[in-house]
Amino acid sequence: MSQETKTLTPELRAFIEEWKPRPGNLIMVLHRIQQTYGYMPREIVLELADLLEVPLAKIYGVITFYNFFKLKQPGRNLIQVCLGTACYLKGGDDIMKALEHELGVGVNTVTPDGEFSTEAVRCLGCCGLAPVIVINGEVFGKVTKAMLPGILDKFRNK
Amino acid sequence: MSNKLTRESLDALRARLTEANRKDEVGGKQYLLVCGGTACDSNGGLALYAALKKAAEYAGANVSIVRTGCMGFCERGPIVKVLPADTFYVDVKPEDAAAIINEHIVNGQIVTRLLYDKTQAEAGHEGKDIDFYAKQQRIVLRHCGVIDPEKIDDYIAHEGYLGLEKALFEMTPEGIIQEVLDSGLRGRGGAGFPTGKKWQFSAAVQADQKYIVCNADEGDPGAYMDRSTLEGDPHAILEAMMIAGRATGATKGFIYIRAEYPLAIKRLQIAIEQAREYGLLGCENILGTDFTFDIELRFGAGAFVCGEETALLASIEGKRGQPTPRPPFPAVKGLWGKPTVINNVETLANIAVIITKGAKWFSSIGTATSKGTKVFALTGKVKNSGLIEVPMGITLREIIFDIGGGIPNGRTFKAAQTGGPSGGMIPPEFLDMPIDYESLAKIGSIMGSGGLIVMDDTDCIVDVAKFYLEFTVDESCGKCMPCRIGGRALLNTLTRISEGRGEPEDIQKMRDICDAMNRASLCGLGQTASNPVQAMLRYFMDEVLTHINDRKCLAGKCKKLIQYRINPERCVGCTMCARVCPANAIMGKVKEKHVIDPQKCVKCGQCYNTCKLHAIELA
Repeated sequence: MSQETKTLTPELRAFIEEWKPRPGNLIMVLHRIQQTYGYMPREIVLELADLLEVPLAKIYGVITFYNFFKLKQPGRNLIQVCLGTACYLKGGDDIMKALEHELGVGVNTVTPDGEFSTEAVRCLGCCGLAPVIVINGEVFGKVTKAMLPGILDKFRNK
Repeated sequence: MSNKLTRESLDALRARLTEANRKDEVGGKQYLLVCGGTACDSNGGLALYAALKKAAEYAGANVSIVRTGCMGFCERGPIVKVLPADTFYVDVKPEDAAAIINEHIVNGQIVTRLLYDKTQAEAGHEGKDIDFYAKQQRIVLRHCGVIDPEKIDDYIAHEGYLGLEKALFEMTPEGIIQEVLDSGLRGRGGAGFPTGKKWQFSAAVQADQKYIVCNADEGDPGAYMDRSTLEGDPHAILEAMMIAGRATGATKGFIYIRAEYPLAIKRLQIAIEQAREYGLLGCENILGTDFTFDIELRFGAGAFVCGEETALLASIEGKRGQPTPRPPFPAVKGLWGKPTVINNVETLANIAVIITKGAKWFSSIGTATSKGTKVFALTGKVKNSGLIEVPMGITLREIIFDIGGGIPNGRTFKAAQTGGPSGGMIPPEFLDMPIDYESLAKIGSIMGSGGLIVMDDTDCIVDVAKFYLEFTVDESCGKCMPCRIGGRALLNTLTRISEGRGEPEDIQKMRDICDAMNRASLCGLGQTASNPVQAMLRYFMDEVLTHINDRKCLAGKCKKLIQYRINPERCVGCTMCARVCPANAIMGKVKEKHVIDPQKCVKCGQCYNTCKLHAIELA
């Protein structure tokens, strides 16, 4: 994984400048940052605080309040396991355990090779397909434990 | 096409589009509607759409292939509907595309193997004959699965923006509010506050700026009504927000939508773009009147508490989504201190039809106090799960057994849950009660936003209550004490009970905590968070007592309370179970009876699932 210091890309800077005069901009800007980097790199947040002239504490207050924003870099492939009610009743938590077993790391942790990380999410709105997992935005429905190795292979080292 | 529409040119456009559709119909043109909801899309629907297009092109068929919004029957997706024949194909794979085009479209032969009920091929094969749809009535979802949500022309051809026209040219703002009041429409987000009243409050306040906010932060686990409505009919929401703007004097709208709904966001963005191009949005003098309105999207970031009005507004303002005490109510003092009407997606989806068809028509549907229809996401242990819209006053039995097809795998019905983490579990004795706001509240649940989750006898009520409490504890913003501490205390108690460490005193303790949370919490989240526990104590006391006194979970869900054992009569010594056991807890030689060492067993259930002879039992 790259460890170089990150700086704001020109596009991101332009986006922030565009949103700066608009009230209630912070969350929209944070979404854009996470979309770009996959998480909230500290260097970027520092730059953002300067640009928007908002105290760093306030920005971190917002980031940590919302589940959607991540402070740690996820794996190259992000696996989201739905634990909404329908998926839970149909064994979503068993799928989660099986995934942890398969990957050898717990939830919210990146595998040593940086390939995968798993997170639990609340209802993706595909309850008819429960239990559901999503990898990099691709939805897999009616998942069974037996299907997991095959699904993971689709993404590994690709 | 960047001309701004006037009333006349909009009417002319609608007439032209309707006429073109009529001509196509007379000319025998057929339509293939492919469900483009998230569930079908992810189940091969996208590939199917492409395959159908290709096959149609290859065959040179006179057919229009449309990707629509959710048709609701997610369980059997991807769905393809053929019009005007109204043939309904289920579980369609991309490989089936050629058959549909060549056999049905070109030769007029129905592809029997893809029908929901194969025997219907002779009897009549219409979509509405399917029991899943027979008792439904679609008002909110009137365009879902009918129009192409990415084309504004398609919406206009289906009476789109007709309500806005009527509101702008034939009604006064007071008249619009009166119509909505008369319709009896109540908020579909859960609490059921009369929509017209909300508008009235905001209209009565003098202010230089007012706002309309659409709450599309659908956070209930197990609910996706709003997502499907937005994906299938985004213009209906824009139109309704404009009508609300006209009625209350607001000129700006925000749609607060979950970032987890990329498809709904994309379709809304397209819809806003198209409406702006037509001069229906984002400009002054809309349709040549003095009305100005614009809409912006704001993304949620995964906080359930933001379904609460004041927290939602804080989040739009870019802050932590923590609620503030009411009053002042947002309708008087809301976004940036200005009067703000907040309506849920489903509520808004009713507005345009109420304006075009009238309050009288709308209020003829439903019960005395609850008018219109309700959309439910029917999920859980039910054969036909999916998105349904039913008139208020229908019974749970009709929903679960007629529309839903009953409980799969020969299990029995145990409970239905409405209202998500804020609702209660409904036991079998209320299956025949008509569903409306009042009757659900009376039995300790709520209408909620529309999640309807069915549970069977393998689901443990203690476990379910614990699941919901885990959710609300996680989602509590932590601002007020009853919710922050009460929720945690309830969860700890439930955890102890589920692990066999419950005490008889826990019952009273839980009752007291529920009461305190209910009465003293700051916002709706805390006030209702104890509802699942209250329902558990009210209707499923036997099950709770079995957990506490006998240390048993009859449903087999609470891992610490179950014990696996091998039935020696059935075991043939195949060694399968011993091989899958991760804890080496199963002993026995080949072709000899095996036994489980309860000391070593970690209750993972691997052996239970592996044994083909059902020799492993729950003791």
